[in-house]
Amino acid sequence: MSSVPENGTPIRNELFAGRVRSAWLFLTPMIVTLLIVAAWPLSRSIWFSFSDASLGHFRDAQFYGIKNYFKTITMDSGAIHHFGVLVDPAWWNAVYNTFRFGIVSVTLETVLGLAVALVLNANFKGRGFVRAAILIPWAIPTVVSAKIWGWMLNDQLGIFNDILLRLHIISEKIAWTADSNYSMFTIVMVDTWKTLPFMALLILAGLQQIPGDVYEAAEVDGVHPLSVFWNITLPLVRPALMVAVIFRMLDALRIFDLVYILTPNSSQTKTMAVISRENMFDFDKLGYGSAESTVLFLILLITVIAYIKIGRVNLEGNN
Amino acid sequence: MANISIKNVTKSFGAVKVIKGVDLEIKSGEFMVFVGPSGCGKSTMLRLIAGLEDITSGTIAFEGKVVNALAPSDRGIAMVFQSYALYPHMTVYQNMAFGIKLGGATKEEVEKRVRIAAEMLQLTPYLDRLPKQLSGGQRQRVAIGRAIVRDPKVFLFDEPLSNLDAALRVATRLEIAKLHHSMNNVTMIYVTHDQVEAMTLADRICVLRDGYIEQVGTPLELYEKPNNLFVAGFIGSPKMNFLNGKFAAPYKANSIGVRSEHLEFVAKGGWPGKVIHAEKMGSDTYSFVDLGMTEPAIIRETGTSRHGVDAKVSLAPMKDKVHRFAVDGKSI
Ligand SMILES: Nc1ncnc2c1ncn2[C@@H]1O[C@H](COP(=O)(O)OP(=O)(O)OP(=O)(O)O)[C@@H](O)[C@H]1O
Ligand SMILES: [Mg+2]
Repeated sequence: MSSVPENGTPIRNELFAGRVRSAWLFLTPMIVTLLIVAAWPLSRSIWFSFSDASLGHFRDAQFYGIKNYFKTITMDSGAIHHFGVLVDPAWWNAVYNTFRFGIVSVTLETVLGLAVALVLNANFKGRGFVRAAILIPWAIPTVVSAKIWGWMLNDQLGIFNDILLRLHIISEKIAWTADSNYSMFTIVMVDTWKTLPFMALLILAGLQQIPGDVYEAAEVDGVHPLSVFWNITLPLVRPALMVAVIFRMLDALRIFDLVYILTPNSSQTKTMAVISRENMFDFDKLGYGSAESTVLFLILLITVIAYIKIGRVNLEGNN
Repeated sequence: MANISIKNVTKSFGAVKVIKGVDLEIKSGEFMVFVGPSGCGKSTMLRLIAGLEDITSGTIAFEGKVVNALAPSDRGIAMVFQSYALYPHMTVYQNMAFGIKLGGATKEEVEKRVRIAAEMLQLTPYLDRLPKQLSGGQRQRVAIGRAIVRDPKVFLFDEPLSNLDAALRVATRLEIAKLHHSMNNVTMIYVTHDQVEAMTLADRICVLRDGYIEQVGTPLELYEKPNNLFVAGFIGSPKMNFLNGKFAAPYKANSIGVRSEHLEFVAKGGWPGKVIHAEKMGSDTYSFVDLGMTEPAIIRETGTSRHGVDAKVSLAPMKDKVHRFAVDGKSI
């Protein structure tokens, strides 16, 4: 890496070598941690996906080829059947659910988050308090808030139905979590409630990077407020917005806890992470579930790379 | 063209009164410079005229029409900010075109105006660059260009040269002076705390202190007939020499002031003292003479000085060049 430049003086090279040394010194703890908590489990589950592992025997699991992903069985009758994750309709339904959820909720959260951030960026009394208060939904552990919502949305006892009935918005009680017509809507709503603050604060940080004098220049230029938003605020907050969307998209595409607690058995909401856990632990197909996890990982990877390329996101922080 | 009349204007930020009652008439086509120490309210005055801040009391009128409640964009002004305030994501061309394009000018009209301004400010090669790809001086010229294309009746400059190095300041100062000549009848209001900028650019200078106007007048008026001690000390470099006590008594004043170029060495009579330091500038020499006051007196001679450091000398003011001040600091 540090090839000696032809006319480089020895002193500069020593300096450079010193910098490389201290860079490694600072990076090593993080690399070791990542290897232990990320690389090791990841490689384990990739290994399982190519084995016949089950909960009972995963230490002595046998290599199984790609049969968890795809295998062909020819029956005595001559009929040919395909099995494996790649041809499993339940899996592809989960992929569809996950992306539907991810796109709808992240879009909703981005638009609403931007709106909330614009409000919070304005000067008003008690702004600091509101900024702190809005973080509460984000701070509550998902399991807890999902349980709370589960109760509020309960079709018989829930306060949600009660209020809507009293306001005559609905005429009969709705099973928000159990009814397959509403379960996805419910998940999106609760997820938006929970992650809006995170989105809003990330965008707010971006808004505060925009120098105020630019807005004054626009005021002197007589730029209409809507045009200021489209032509100045939005382009300038875009880098922060794009990064916020990546974070949320990664989070949304591996959503598990909310679905697992609110609508555990609805095929309308079953996501990739939920179905993979189900195969691993409920059906004792550790190898098959691992194969699904591995595909989930690949899908996330491809999505993020595509997003960064298409959106020309600058993650390096330089201009 | 627009004459601006400012009547009894005050401005408070919360409980803090920053502008404490200012009356000023700015003539159409005039180059008015605001000077004063830091924090005296120069920028605030400019922002009040621009409409970026609300006036607490009093009126500002353009051509007789009160504009207190008029939005900045409706006042026919253009402003050049100290920090440039360029749109960071737009090219030089877009920066200049943005405001007028939205103002309803046709595409050809926009193009023409931007080209002319760019030509005038030697920005044509940079039209496709982003502000971050420009030097400080080029950014400053873009900011000026953005103001020019608006074709304003009033130009407002807030310390536009303070971020530039010395050579660039002189060059850009010249640009601004040329700009004022080429744009007939455009009123310019220019904030600075640079002496030289004020003296060289201004038709009239307005000296502010602590939210009040101390004096308004042409550069020479302020130089030759300062109203009070503050203006006398603020205008001119090096600072005017102030003397009191036994020095002032013969002039029937509480204190007197003499500029360094109005002092001369005399063979006898005058004020005795000792040279303690000399600054040789090439064309001039400034000798610092200890007359027994807390501050040394500074005397200017053309060329080199006859007196070295430690020389015993005698100083006297030239005839009719002594400024006299009363106890309250007013000129007499
Ligand atoms: N938005 C504000 N809120 C409160 N006080 C302010 C505000 N803007 C300015 N001031 C105060 O008003 C006074 C005048 O400020 P102003 O910016 O006009 O000074 P200035 O003459 O331009 O000084 P400088 O030469 O340093 O730019 C200062 O004491 C400043 O603290
Ligand atoms: Mg200022």
